[in-house]
Amino acid sequence: MSKDNQVLEELTSKEYEHGWTVNLEADEAPRGLNEDTVRFISAKKNEPEWLLEWRLKAFRMWVKMAEPKWPNVHYPPIDYQDIIYYSAPKKKASLNSIDEVDPELIKTFEKLGISLGEQKRLTGIAVDAVIDSVSVATTFKDKLSELGIIFCSFSEAVKEHPELIRKYLGSVVPINDNYFAALNSAVFSDGSFCYIPKGVRCPMELSTYFRINAANTGQFERTLIVAEEGAYVSYLEGCTAPMRDENQLHAAVVELYTMKDAEIKYSTVQNWYPGDKNGKGGIYNFVTKRGLCFGDHSKISWTQVETGSAITWKYPSCVLKGDYSKGEFYSVAVTNNYQQADTGTKMIHIGKNTSSRIVSKGISAGKSQNSYRGQVQIMKRASNARNFSQCDSLLMGDQCGAHTFPYIDVENNTARIEHEATTSKIGEDQIFYCQQRGISEEAAVALIVNGYAKEVLNQLPMEFAVEAQKLLALTLEGSVG
Amino acid sequence: MNVATKRDLVSELAASRTRSYSPADQALREDALTYLKNTGLPISKTEEYRFAPVTRILEKNFDSLTLSSQVNTVVSVNEFLIEGLKGNIIVFVNGSYAPALSKIVSNPDQIIIKPLSKALVENEEVVSALLNQKEDYKKDPFSAVNTGLWSEGLFFHVAKHTEVKEPVYLLSLNDASSAVSVHTRIVGWVEEGSEVTLIERFETTGHEAAFHTQVEEISVAKEAVLNYYKIQNDPGKSIQVCNTLIHQSDHSHVNTFTLTMNGEVVRNNFSIAIDGEHCESHFHGLYLLTGNTLADNHTVVDHIKPNSFSNELYKGVMDGHSKGVFNGKIYVRPQAQMTNAFQSNRNVLLSETSTINTKPQLEIWADDVKCSHGCTTGQLDEEALFYLQSRGINKDSARAMLLYAFASDVIATIKDETLKTYFDQLIAERLHKNF
Repeated sequence: MSKDNQVLEELTSKEYEHGWTVNLEADEAPRGLNEDTVRFISAKKNEPEWLLEWRLKAFRMWVKMAEPKWPNVHYPPIDYQDIIYYSAPKKKASLNSIDEVDPELIKTFEKLGISLGEQKRLTGIAVDAVIDSVSVATTFKDKLSELGIIFCSFSEAVKEHPELIRKYLGSVVPINDNYFAALNSAVFSDGSFCYIPKGVRCPMELSTYFRINAANTGQFERTLIVAEEGAYVSYLEGCTAPMRDENQLHAAVVELYTMKDAEIKYSTVQNWYPGDKNGKGGIYNFVTKRGLCFGDHSKISWTQVETGSAITWKYPSCVLKGDYSKGEFYSVAVTNNYQQADTGTKMIHIGKNTSSRIVSKGISAGKSQNSYRGQVQIMKRASNARNFSQCDSLLMGDQCGAHTFPYIDVENNTARIEHEATTSKIGEDQIFYCQQRGISEEAAVALIVNGYAKEVLNQLPMEFAVEAQKLLALTLEGSVG
Repeated sequence: MNVATKRDLVSELAASRTRSYSPADQALREDALTYLKNTGLPISKTEEYRFAPVTRILEKNFDSLTLSSQVNTVVSVNEFLIEGLKGNIIVFVNGSYAPALSKIVSNPDQIIIKPLSKALVENEEVVSALLNQKEDYKKDPFSAVNTGLWSEGLFFHVAKHTEVKEPVYLLSLNDASSAVSVHTRIVGWVEEGSEVTLIERFETTGHEAAFHTQVEEISVAKEAVLNYYKIQNDPGKSIQVCNTLIHQSDHSHVNTFTLTMNGEVVRNNFSIAIDGEHCESHFHGLYLLTGNTLADNHTVVDHIKPNSFSNELYKGVMDGHSKGVFNGKIYVRPQAQMTNAFQSNRNVLLSETSTINTKPQLEIWADDVKCSHGCTTGQLDEEALFYLQSRGINKDSARAMLLYAFASDVIATIKDETLKTYFDQLIAERLHKNF
């Protein structure tokens, strides 16, 4: 039997497989949010004065802002005072090696299939693991530092590389950019920082793994990646959360910054707990991701596979400032049951001869709503800009919805913009053909969906591609027939 | 320094209200204006009016929107008629019916055509069943303005199983020798198995500010056919907001063509509600803009029932400082299975200072459907230009040729030959066709 079939067989009997909880002792902030909470988080992390000021500034702005109402998603109002804004697994002392990590923690990550230990070093991925709010372990640090690459948790970076953090923090996503970015700026607890020096091609995939563990907490992490002139890095992000009946908030900020000739490839497989079949529980995933192609000939590529979360609200964007810079966005968003996704991208063309490409594949099943919302903006000076967008939707079942909201704003007449979108049903004849050849209906759907999403899945690094394929099939389980 | 006090345009408009035609009409007008006072006119942050600053231009062009007397210097409308077109001619000057300039030729057994104010008295039952039934004034602030203020309108009613050979030509002429604010309304009913052609044309003379709102509600019954053409050619400082809703029943066909060429701000909210099975809707538009014109086409195709087909094609050419805005919504409701809906929006930007904002939007709740949209923006193909020039055609002619070719597939959708020739002429003139 081929490997593919095994994979499919495996998954047909599964529901959300990361739904377990682990009893980790946690150090938590008191419930609620006010200036004291912000000060508490800052103090907990021994942060310098300037960062506390920065957080407080963000908090004061957030208080004045209103939650955005324009996304095509519906949820009961969030009580921001009923969230625990900081939760860290209790640490005894600072750790010197991986052996000193809490064995419960290592088990947790083993369950996730991420090894923090030595045995799987062969996989060649450096991992920064973030549990609840705090980065717990980063692997391969030494090897990377030989090349001058900095890859560490955010709080560590604040201590060891304050000049870099000060320079780049908030440079791509300003603190008052939007409601959730401001909230994140005020209370972010940790995250990953990555710096690739001039001319260095990062030899391995860098990866962050996020997990929400404690109940009633929100997770607010920040990722900042800076690629200096001529540098290259491929970065992966994955996430899971336990099954819980209440909704949990995840509001992250990701900032990418590329100099001349640099390239960042950022891949996400988002698998937060989506809630149960009746729409109970699940994560609210309100994320701001933006990359700035600052230098000429720089490139930023976003690839995302969105299968989890009760609500997804996320628009990884590219600001193409440098001449000849390039932005890419590849996305597969799958929604089932009562999930809602409003996701897409923004391509802001500022420099000359910039180009961008958008490929978005939405799949909706059950009673879910799936929206693509994107903007392509060609500024006055962006001559010879080029954009190609394709957004396709696949509908499975007669109670789901697929929506497309592409905004195309062109102020320069030399721009060439193409946009196309289709919406259709999964082909009955295709399913029938597969069934005729002894492939079960469920497996046939997985096969067809994988084919449909291939263009995007091909962009993923290999290790993630396999996981993404499994996830796709899993999310759609039971949606046909 | 003068501190500008914030103007209350709604009150200025409301103060100019003069007429009502029945107690029910009176009540409806008051409701609409009260609603408007609470919601206000759209501001720049209003999503639906993000690119069409109608309110701001109104403030700029009008010292006051309470206009007492309006000058009428129109004596002849010959220059605004379509040569060779034998049809019913209805002329409105500054929002009043001009019987001397109008001519109704159709047999009243086939089609009733009369001013709406008259119909509201004489055909009260029919009109009150149609007026403000399909188009709800709460959907758009300018629809509320119109509901509160309309002075005159056109009523037409096509009898069952009748093909009306003579088109209905409605000329809305505004005399802007002094500032004018005009609000007109169209109510139409095409009964079962009938066919009619409606042509609307907007023209303005004079150089002062003009503000025109129009609301149209047209019901197309079972197996009926409506051909609808609109020519918007108001020059100068004119602001126009049209809200059109066409309601389709089973097996009906609707063909529309909107040609927008002039005006300071032209905003069309054009909706087709496909509330029947096996309907066909062809939805075409062409906007050829120069100068400072802003043309904003907001279209909605709403598939409510299953098994229907809609095809939308809007094309635009922007020159000078003009701005084109397109927003095409396709809704496919949960019951509307087996829907086929297509939409295409293509734009050419000719000058460095022209812009286009387009948003083709699909919202689909049914699964067994085929829907697609496409949208492009670009300039004329350099290679095509070069090819023509290398064959001895000068650059201007080559440009005109390519633009004319770009527009020709929309023109080709016009069935009536007289009309097609006329539209072709208008478009060729605008594109400086000289071959």
